[in-house]
Amino acid sequence: MSLAHNFPFFTILLCLLAGVVTSVLKPRAAKYLTLLVSLVVLGLSAATLVLTLRLESSYSFMMGHFPAPWGNEIRIGRLEALMATGFSAVLFITLVAGLYHMPMFVSQKKFSLYCIMVDLALASVLVMLYTNDLFTAYVFIEIITIASCALVIVRQNGHTLVAATRYLIMNLLASGLVLLGIAMLYGITGHLLMEPLQEAVREIYQTGNYAQPLTVVIALITVGLAIKSALFPFHAWAPDTYAFGPPMSSAILSGIISKAYIFLLIKFFYRVIGFDIIRQSHIDDFLFYCGVAGMIMGSVMAISQRDIRRMVAYSSVAQIGYVYMGLGMASMAGVAAALFQMLAHAAAKSLLFLSTHELVSVSGNHKRFHSLHGAGYRNVAAGIVFTVSAMSMVGIPFTGGFIAKLYLASAAIPLGGGMRVLVLVALAVSTLLNAVYFLHTVVSIYRRPAEDVLYPPAHHIPRYVVAALFVSMLMTVYLGIGSGPIMRVIESGLKMFA
Amino acid sequence: MLQALYENIEQTVAVILFGIGFVILLLQRNLIRKIIGLNIMSTATYLFLASMGYIHGRKAPIVVDGVTQAIHYINPVPTGLVLTGIVVSVSFTGMMLALTVRLYRRYRTLDIDQIALMARQEEVE
Amino acid sequence: MSKRRSDWQNRPQERFVRWMREGYLALDEAIEDSVLQPGEAPPEVDPELAAQHQEAALQHRHDRDLALDRLAQYDLYAWTLTKGRRLIGRLHVLLSLLLGGMIIFFLLGTVAHMPRFGAADVPANNEVITRYIEQGLAETGATNMVAGMILDYRAFDTLGESTVLFIAACAVLILLRIDLDDKGQPTQQLIAEESDDRHYEPKNDRILQGTAILLTPILLLFGLYVILNGHLSPGGGFSGGAIVSSGLILYLNAFGFKKAGRFFSYKTFQWVSFGALGFYGVAKAYSFYCGANGLESHIPLGTPGAILSGGLIMPLNIAVGLVVACTMYIFYALFRKGGL
Repeated sequence: MSLAHNFPFFTILLCLLAGVVTSVLKPRAAKYLTLLVSLVVLGLSAATLVLTLRLESSYSFMMGHFPAPWGNEIRIGRLEALMATGFSAVLFITLVAGLYHMPMFVSQKKFSLYCIMVDLALASVLVMLYTNDLFTAYVFIEIITIASCALVIVRQNGHTLVAATRYLIMNLLASGLVLLGIAMLYGITGHLLMEPLQEAVREIYQTGNYAQPLTVVIALITVGLAIKSALFPFHAWAPDTYAFGPPMSSAILSGIISKAYIFLLIKFFYRVIGFDIIRQSHIDDFLFYCGVAGMIMGSVMAISQRDIRRMVAYSSVAQIGYVYMGLGMASMAGVAAALFQMLAHAAAKSLLFLSTHELVSVSGNHKRFHSLHGAGYRNVAAGIVFTVSAMSMVGIPFTGGFIAKLYLASAAIPLGGGMRVLVLVALAVSTLLNAVYFLHTVVSIYRRPAEDVLYPPAHHIPRYVVAALFVSMLMTVYLGIGSGPIMRVIESGLKMFA
Repeated sequence: MLQALYENIEQTVAVILFGIGFVILLLQRNLIRKIIGLNIMSTATYLFLASMGYIHGRKAPIVVDGVTQAIHYINPVPTGLVLTGIVVSVSFTGMMLALTVRLYRRYRTLDIDQIALMARQEEVE
Repeated sequence: MSKRRSDWQNRPQERFVRWMREGYLALDEAIEDSVLQPGEAPPEVDPELAAQHQEAALQHRHDRDLALDRLAQYDLYAWTLTKGRRLIGRLHVLLSLLLGGMIIFFLLGTVAHMPRFGAADVPANNEVITRYIEQGLAETGATNMVAGMILDYRAFDTLGESTVLFIAACAVLILLRIDLDDKGQPTQQLIAEESDDRHYEPKNDRILQGTAILLTPILLLFGLYVILNGHLSPGGGFSGGAIVSSGLILYLNAFGFKKAGRFFSYKTFQWVSFGALGFYGVAKAYSFYCGANGLESHIPLGTPGAILSGGLIMPLNIAVGLVVACTMYIFYALFRKGGL
């Protein structure tokens, strides 16, 4: 095992230790340490991706001296490395573009604590991507739940407190379901690591003993993770949380953290249960229909918002619906399209939250659409970035969103008649609805403002923020133009995933 | 079925408690009661988990007199998992209580619906 | 029918809503009249004054938005106070009970199919626990198999577990800690706002203090014993840390924050948890790295049953105990007065 094989382990450890060290640092040092850590994690993840592209199959990394059924381990393949690279890139750019306005929301004394939350959130996202042990995943799910709640409540007003309480209650329900599911699964199989679990599940499937508990386990864990990633009927906590927290926290929550849960669910389907059993339990149909409903209802609710932050928040619900629709197709192409959509949405959504904040702050902090008239001229960079990321959300060609929808549509072709039609119709309707509210917003930020209104002088935005926003925008465009290699990595990664 | 439920009496009780905790967490509007419901729910899960490890006639997994045959001891894994679970629920209870304290200091009530209504009427920044 | 309708229009909440609406709209027009009078402006406008006017206009728009928002909410408010509240409430109760009943029903159905309680041939009784029990003593050096399992075989979970405690303490700090001014004192205004517990502290309660003097050393010693013997007997870092923290909290209650602050300040919390978790992370990183790369780890396991045995387990138990004690103590201190 060469040194490069250790990189994923180093990234996890680095984030955990950085979180601990940050607790004794001054705010300024904490900020730079967090930036440095996310950059190093990005570098190491990219190196891991290069390494896994050379390997034929994924490899396990023992966390200790004991092999699979006894000790914890992580498993690294192309897909995990790709996702880790994508998420850490998004996080790094979000930090560069977002940290400078955090003093508006967090008092200086508590800024180090905020940085701890960011570090540990990144650590647990990485663990959820790499882990090969169901119980480790549960522990880190809990870390990420506390971290994301704390990311929201650093801004202490009534709205965030209420939103955080709702968030916590829903997530605790979900955690209870997941833990009960894991406990049952342990009871009927006697394992917690994924490979032995899969063998035991196969045996249950063939002999028929404990088949009923197995179905309940699948349902419990799926519903738990669906609540945590804000799938449509369980999304009630999401919009307020995204809309009232600091914009950077919303970007991290909606862009990265909700995706980590979905990745864990995909891992559970592929590596623990196996897709043939999933299909037999019809949980995939449930996810499919919830996803379709979320695509439509999320957009409808986004249209009815009068506040730009809430609109962006509701559009997250719609976009998560796309991911679950792809997952619910229960085919390789569908899951690959869902994974691509996860990447495209992570890149575009964090941009949307950050550029929305810039636009709002040059309009006297009023979030109504008519206050935003002309904001695209007052802050040209934010206007361009917002327009491009909105285009990606709608699915206009040459952006990531377009390609994701294309893959989703082509994944629907081999499906049965009714489902195929449903996917295509839902995609068309949802795209139309997305266009209604996003293009309306884009138009309104470029409309001439009323003449009697004087806007506060635009505060100076540092150059590096503009640069980071543009880099992220290029990422979105790259996902739209150069999607071929990424899609090949996803597909080959999925093959070595199971 | 009833026979089977009676044989698994620990798990039966655990599951019923889980459902009760779940409903309390959903139904009660008082935040403190919600937290109590949450604790009932997680404790029920631990009871469920702990019942997985017990084997009749065996002892707690601490080596006595150098006897290390597996047939003398119960399963140590659920014990460890329950330990982790308890720590997690302590953390969550602390966090929820802290949120409740803040909300109460701000709105002088524990009713989440009233709090939400009052928050909505507050100035939107 | 028509009578009913007229009744409906004259109901108090409807009148209230109408009053609110008319009141606000009238206010709107008044503001509009007073602020937006561009025609009468003299040719030479003081630029500052014009800016003020324009700012007022912007503010006015914002106010109007808010007023409209409030109106929408008062509609909702009036509705939720009467029929809607009861209706939604009943529906919510019904649905929740139904959901809870369904969950219990399905889970009971599942329990009936689960492996029999206490049987020796359950799936969980497999090669995994056979190795934990039979090889555990030789491989980890711990007499207490649970300690051996959570701190050696499945140590990564436990690292995450300690991190959960640490992050929860940090989150509660974010929520409840009162910001200090430059001199390190909480600002008076903040204390008043937070209405903390400082005023209600018992002062010189003889019975409490006597009990604390008697019990605190015993609690601390017992906690230490449980932590240090974690690899030999039931207990370990988590339970021992909780006992230690209960001793600290008892002392704090009896003698007040001033005395307790002499040996446990915010800095203590920071550095102790940093040291303990940092040590845990580094020590485990070493053993993970060695394990994964097939290297020999040079940590002696010692004689099983002796106090200095079990390799890393005892130091790790101490680290975990410190984290737990700090976290519990800081929870208590933050809830009582928002700081240490």
